[in-house]
Amino acid sequence: MVKQETIIKTVGLDCYYGSLCVLKDVSLEIYKNEILGIIGPANSGKTTFLRALNKLNYLNSLYSQKGDIFFSNESIKNIGENILRRKIGIIFALPQVLPVSIFNNVAYGPKVHGVTGKNTISQIVESALKKAYLWDEVKDRLNESAVHLSGGQQQRLCIARTLAVEPDVILYDEPCSGLDPISTAKVEDAMQQLKQSYTQILVTNNTKQAARVTERCVFLLMGEVIEVGKTTTLFTEPQDKRTDDYITGRFG
Amino acid sequence: MNAARIRQKIAFFVLAVATLLIVIPILLTIFYIVKNGISAVTWAFITQSPRNGMKEGGIFPAIVGTIVLVIGTMLFSLPVGVLSAIYLVEYAKDNFFTRLIKLSVVNLSGIPSIVYGLFGFTLFVLLMGFGTSILAGSLTLAIMSLPVIITATKEALESVPFSFREISFSLGATRWQTIRYCVLPYAIPGILTGTVLSLSRAAGETAPILFTVAAFYLPRLPRSVFDQVMALPYHLYVISTQVPNMPMELSFATGFVLIALVFIMNLVSIILRAHYRKKKLW
Repeated sequence: MVKQETIIKTVGLDCYYGSLCVLKDVSLEIYKNEILGIIGPANSGKTTFLRALNKLNYLNSLYSQKGDIFFSNESIKNIGENILRRKIGIIFALPQVLPVSIFNNVAYGPKVHGVTGKNTISQIVESALKKAYLWDEVKDRLNESAVHLSGGQQQRLCIARTLAVEPDVILYDEPCSGLDPISTAKVEDAMQQLKQSYTQILVTNNTKQAARVTERCVFLLMGEVIEVGKTTTLFTEPQDKRTDDYITGRFG
Repeated sequence: MNAARIRQKIAFFVLAVATLLIVIPILLTIFYIVKNGISAVTWAFITQSPRNGMKEGGIFPAIVGTIVLVIGTMLFSLPVGVLSAIYLVEYAKDNFFTRLIKLSVVNLSGIPSIVYGLFGFTLFVLLMGFGTSILAGSLTLAIMSLPVIITATKEALESVPFSFREISFSLGATRWQTIRYCVLPYAIPGILTGTVLSLSRAAGETAPILFTVAAFYLPRLPRSVFDQVMALPYHLYVISTQVPNMPMELSFATGFVLIALVFIMNLVSIILRAHYRKKKLW
């Protein structure tokens, strides 16, 4: 097997909200172009881990962290947050669209990063919508409000919006928790297609989804990494009893 | 009819009466002013200077004075109020200093307007040497308007969903870009409402301009910001109480013009709000 290139590495990461420790000593490596799953019951720190990677946790003034995170071998302490967040995009749990047109939702990112020229932006928007498998459904109504799209369409619009700023990594925070099975399948299809060009990290409450989509999986419990491994191994022969209990549905 | 339904009828009746109590004074005031004053509101009244100890002629200089003061007030209070509200909501950390500022803003709105007048007189007229002038009066009115503008802007900014900011940040926008493109556009209707509200109050105030700008009788237009001007509310006070044998309808006509001015300002803000609401897509 080829040696895989590490794109993100966390070293002894501790995360706190005030004095409450929500992640303890997390040291993980994330490989380029993989889909990494993060599973675990509620309040196990999955979302905090995800949002630590692009410094979104700092929007909460109570947040603090110890340890270090490296992105492309550089500590994220040395990377400006707007540059880091452009490189590491995130899809939130509930589809969150801006109350503007479909076109402007996708064009917002490129515009704030200084892309000008109507044609250039139109091309970026079109290509992002195509990659997110949304183009065919919305190409005739790009100027309509994004608010009127269905939940699944909105979530793919969020993916397109993230793709439009050309990230290296895409974080998904339970992206299908509000979606029906068909919309979920469409989002998962998009993820599979995006594998060639992007590293993706998927936080999910749905162990079946983790088994379907991911290659490697991390099991988090109460802020600690219990087990990391290939998804097939983790789901068939878990090394830790707690992992076994969780994936077989004995708790969580 | 059972007891619960009777209680409901009584409750509805009380609520309806309370609502009527709000409407009746407004309608009566307007009716009374129009009835007594409309006969004196002529083109000449609006466009001419007062003559013969203000018993004849018009109130043109006072209209111009009030408009000039409102514009001057807006020039100072709108930028300072909006910018400081943006700072308080979007940038300031929650510490002792910030809490002190927020407390000051709340308390400023409780200060009687005559105290603002004295304050403006001491600071702008005497200490800073502006004299009794448009500049001193506008600054005094601006300080009086600040709390309302700041509070309205703060509320407008806070009512923009946090998710809009989160989306913007997550795409790598800076804090200023986020405020500029994802927060301010949605807060503008609220900011407008607050601004117009405080400016219409400023237009009708007598106490703050009493010592800082208002002229008893100055039947010409101002030439610079260091000139005194006549102003509608002060003029109304003067002709109603200081001039013997003043025809009543002139007072009512002046009041009518003042109300009309405030009404026009509110109309402009309603039109602007409707315009921005059309853009609101959620």
